[in-house]
Amino acid sequence: MHKNLKIILWIAVALFGAFALAGIALNRGESINALWLITAAVCIYAIAYRFYAAWIAATVLVLDETRATPAERLDNGRDFIPTNKWIVFGHHFAAIAGPGPLIGPTLAAQFGYLPGTLWILIGAVLGGAVQDMVTLFFSTRRNGRSLGQMARDEIGVIGGTAALVGTFLIMIILIAVLGLVVVNAMKHSPWATSTVAATIPIAMIVGVYMRNIRPGRVLEASAIGVVLLLLSVFAGGWIDHHQTLRTWFDHDGLPLAYAIIVYGFAAAVLPVWLLLAPRDYLSTFMKLGTILLLAIAIVILRPDIHMPAVTQFVDGTGPIFGGKLFPFVFITIACGAISGFHALIASGTTPKLLMNERDIRMIGYGGMLLESFVAIMAMIAATVLEPGVFFAINSPAGVVGKEAIDAVAKINSWGYAVTVEQMQQLANDMGESTLFARTGGAPSLAVGMASIFGSAFGKSMLALWYHFAIMFEAIFILTTLDAGTRVGRFMLQDMLGNFNKKLGETSYMPSVIFTSSIVVAGWGYFLYIGVIDPNGGVNILWPLFGIANQMLAAIALCVGTGILVKSGKLKYAWVTGLPLAWLIAVTTTAAYQKIFSTDVRIGFFAAAEDLATKLASGVLSAEKAAVAPQLIFNQHLDAYLTLFFVVVLWVVLIDMLWLCARYLSGKPVLKLSEVPHEPSRLVENWVRD
Amino acid sequence: MLKKLKHIWHMIRDLSGDNAYEQYLKHYAEFHQATVDTPPPLSRKEFFKLWQDSQWKGVKRCC
Repeated sequence: MHKNLKIILWIAVALFGAFALAGIALNRGESINALWLITAAVCIYAIAYRFYAAWIAATVLVLDETRATPAERLDNGRDFIPTNKWIVFGHHFAAIAGPGPLIGPTLAAQFGYLPGTLWILIGAVLGGAVQDMVTLFFSTRRNGRSLGQMARDEIGVIGGTAALVGTFLIMIILIAVLGLVVVNAMKHSPWATSTVAATIPIAMIVGVYMRNIRPGRVLEASAIGVVLLLLSVFAGGWIDHHQTLRTWFDHDGLPLAYAIIVYGFAAAVLPVWLLLAPRDYLSTFMKLGTILLLAIAIVILRPDIHMPAVTQFVDGTGPIFGGKLFPFVFITIACGAISGFHALIASGTTPKLLMNERDIRMIGYGGMLLESFVAIMAMIAATVLEPGVFFAINSPAGVVGKEAIDAVAKINSWGYAVTVEQMQQLANDMGESTLFARTGGAPSLAVGMASIFGSAFGKSMLALWYHFAIMFEAIFILTTLDAGTRVGRFMLQDMLGNFNKKLGETSYMPSVIFTSSIVVAGWGYFLYIGVIDPNGGVNILWPLFGIANQMLAAIALCVGTGILVKSGKLKYAWVTGLPLAWLIAVTTTAAYQKIFSTDVRIGFFAAAEDLATKLASGVLSAEKAAVAPQLIFNQHLDAYLTLFFVVVLWVVLIDMLWLCARYLSGKPVLKLSEVPHEPSRLVENWVRD
Repeated sequence: MLKKLKHIWHMIRDLSGDNAYEQYLKHYAEFHQATVDTPPPLSRKEFFKLWQDSQWKGVKRCC
């Protein structure tokens, strides 16, 4: 009876989910409630977790709960510590959930709510969550070795090196695009700029408090920090209304970009306890708190979605970024569906904390499902806006025109109603001077969140909610920026250490300054170009980041597939092989189009050539002509970078297929580097008690 | 109810590392019985320094 009840329950979940999904997918014309998206998502996650993830755990990977994990065998009380699974889940989720799943869906909403939502759900369930879980499992069986090391041990030197170089480059692009998002949110906004600036001294106060005043009292210090952050949002409003003070924080994009570059360098060189660690505490609390608040607000408010299911921009003419639905929706969503970066976390800190192998399903697969859910909420926040407003905020001036009246006329010509007065009213409500052409996704997400929060918890404070949302986005974007620069520095020191021992020492100051400068110069360059680009820069950098991130995911899936085949599990290799094949198709098509397309909005070379012709014939304004040579150079650089990414990917793929072919024809291959079975004493003790 | 809240509070302390020093003392008492030549446990301040530095090795944050 009990079993039958369970079966009926799961059939009900399946039917309900299918009903919600059909409602979303087939709905045309009428607006649809956001709750349907949430319902479809939750049902799909539940079924995937209960059946697919359980099947992978039991049949494909064969998790063994009697086997001692590295945390148990190598327990040293520092990095290897057997930890309760909920705590590991918390750490893992806090590590993987960054700004990506918030920005990607916001940008991809230009295709309508349907394509992005479907990919967030399908991609996570069949791709992203599988990648995270499989990588976590293989790393756990190899003493928590990193993705790069596993690639080297299992596939070969080429695969290992490719993973390492790929990771480094993706980090550079990622930080640049995140920096650009923050700059665009702060541009000519004294309120946003002063609030974001205030987060730096606040983090330092928290850092000093938990280091020296009350050592180790992490929660006390964080509570003080959170209160100060909230105060800084109020104080920003006060500064914004102050005649002289507001001019101190009212800046163009370029000075703000320089400030971020200087900040990034300082954060990489300063000791972690002063800035990086306390900022990370604040950002983690803010992130978890705000995501929870957003979920509650969506359930209370049940907003209607105003964006059509599919817009005309699936044909590739979208204003936010150029390119057709396939492959660009998959490149743009990035982290909310499948993120190669997660493989670094799943093969880094997390496997060293696992108490038992059976927790891998919940942490690896479940963690990604929660991240995907965050992406769904970002999609909702973007699509509850009137489409006209959404496009007015997100379309760069280079596409719709610099003057409000031109932009409105252009957006109206696409069939989306919006007026200059409406945008001015919205900007006034949000406490901003203008909301036109605030590209990058952060401002439109903040407007969406502010209207959801405002409607759910009181409309009078829209401007406060808006700047709270900006502060929330900025604080963890800057955390990723700090942490990324630092990781980039460590990677570079590690690589240079092969040539010069002294350069490899992480505490040798000249090496610290040298390598930090290289990393900061790398992302600083892309940030600078992004800021001077009249098309907003995001339309170039985000696809580049997406390609790099999906390429890293493909490398992780290559490693997983290779190990599965070598373990004699060829018949299950499709579990990772299928998402791998899809990612190869997506990234290769996207890269091909970015390099060879003759459409100036898509192809890098085409854009460079177009700009060069215009420059030569003198039709550009003096302002545009001044930056044109740099933009042309950058378009060429981006094209070669894309080419490099796709070549790296194919080299790893061919290396992996070659290895599989050798294994299957009985020729010798690199041996599996799995650590031999050792019985877990934790389980025995538990059984004995 | 109170027990549940206590449990949640304990989880938050675990997650944030607020009780890392207490955990360390427990680990110390369990594994390093005080004999003549074992050093005494670290002070809260010393321990926190080491702990915080070890927390920030490798990739910690993602996109």
